[in-house]
Amino acid sequence: MYSFDYHQATSLDDAAQKLAADDEASLLAGGQTLIPTLKQRLAMPTTLVDISRIDALNFIRLEGDVLVIGAATCHATVATSQTCRDALPALASLANHIGDPAVRHRGTLGGSIANNDPSADYPAAALALGATIVTTQREIPADDFFTGLFETALEPGEILKEVRFPLPVRAAYSKFPNPASRYAMVGVFIAQTSAGPKVGVTGAGQEGVFRWRELEDALAQNWSTDALKGLSLAGDTMIADLHGDGDYRAHLVTVMAKRTLEAMG
Amino acid sequence: MPKITMTVNGQERSADIEARTLLSSFLREDLGLTGTHVGCDTSQCGACVVHIDGQAVKSCATLAVQNEGRDITTIEGLANPDGTLHPMQTAFHENHGLQCGFCTPGMIMTATDLIKRHKTSGTPLDEKTVRAELEGNLCRCTGYQNIVKAILAASTEMSA
Repeated sequence: MYSFDYHQATSLDDAAQKLAADDEASLLAGGQTLIPTLKQRLAMPTTLVDISRIDALNFIRLEGDVLVIGAATCHATVATSQTCRDALPALASLANHIGDPAVRHRGTLGGSIANNDPSADYPAAALALGATIVTTQREIPADDFFTGLFETALEPGEILKEVRFPLPVRAAYSKFPNPASRYAMVGVFIAQTSAGPKVGVTGAGQEGVFRWRELEDALAQNWSTDALKGLSLAGDTMIADLHGDGDYRAHLVTVMAKRTLEAMG
Repeated sequence: MPKITMTVNGQERSADIEARTLLSSFLREDLGLTGTHVGCDTSQCGACVVHIDGQAVKSCATLAVQNEGRDITTIEGLANPDGTLHPMQTAFHENHGLQCGFCTPGMIMTATDLIKRHKTSGTPLDEKTVRAELEGNLCRCTGYQNIVKAILAASTEMSA
């Protein structure tokens, strides 16, 4: 690791000030992605501003028919929260299958969403549930938030505060984990929402997480696995690596979508 | 250099360290607690698992300074002061749950954490659950068979 300064922020204002004072500062939450990145010298922040101990970022609560989760809430907390398991079991189950138990004790919702790894799980849920990402400056619909590989709509100095998940009629998530890394080779989150069916796909697209709108339209006509008949994604728009080529991933998306629909009954 | 203070195995420990010091390095190099092993250093193998405020965490994926004021337990802190082994350590011994022993400290710290969590939630522990819970701990010798047996045996012992 390159050398850096460290600041443990006591409040959001404190974190925002420290971030504004240094162009090369970086936020640190659970660190389960950032610290390995620093170890490989793939990033060189001058200061790490640690927001993991800010109480205002660590909560899960139901506000009417919206589940609101603080950005620094770790995966293990989401997975075991009775509030989340009752209101949005698909999200609790998703959180319970990120990485491994030790990673889930540290990795956070906000970190996953803000990093926008093309194989991360939470972004698929955010898209399919029509979540709203709330920052220190504004509210961003998930559809406008994920802008490309590891790219989001967040501006420098902007801090992700909470994610608001409107409760669906029903929802489910299935992923095919890479057996080594546990990241999604493909993950498909499907939600039946008041605005119709929504499908979020992670692990597959070259541009990162995306909504599979053709399947959404087909499900709106016919809510069953038959909706998948005749639908396919183009292999040359999919991630291709040593774990699987584009055509393999395109096919795997349809398989995981079918499993998700079967899980929803 | 930042000064850091934390409780390690029941004792308050302080040191002046660089901010970039990993918790695993701090434990091994500054405190001499070399029972915590660093296998892959990429948060995959789990040999470096310790408990932070009672939760299993990979100590190679957290900075020491992030843990100011926290309560850390390493493999050295599990046995009783008189040397009697923790039930999990005894179970690994009795069930031949190790061969080379490199992964064992992480296995044991992960195992005590998972038993505690399942006890709290009231869900019974079976072989499938233990195997799923061990997905962040790699062993290259045993084939896991005796590790899983040891954890199930200790689970019965620890619930008694």
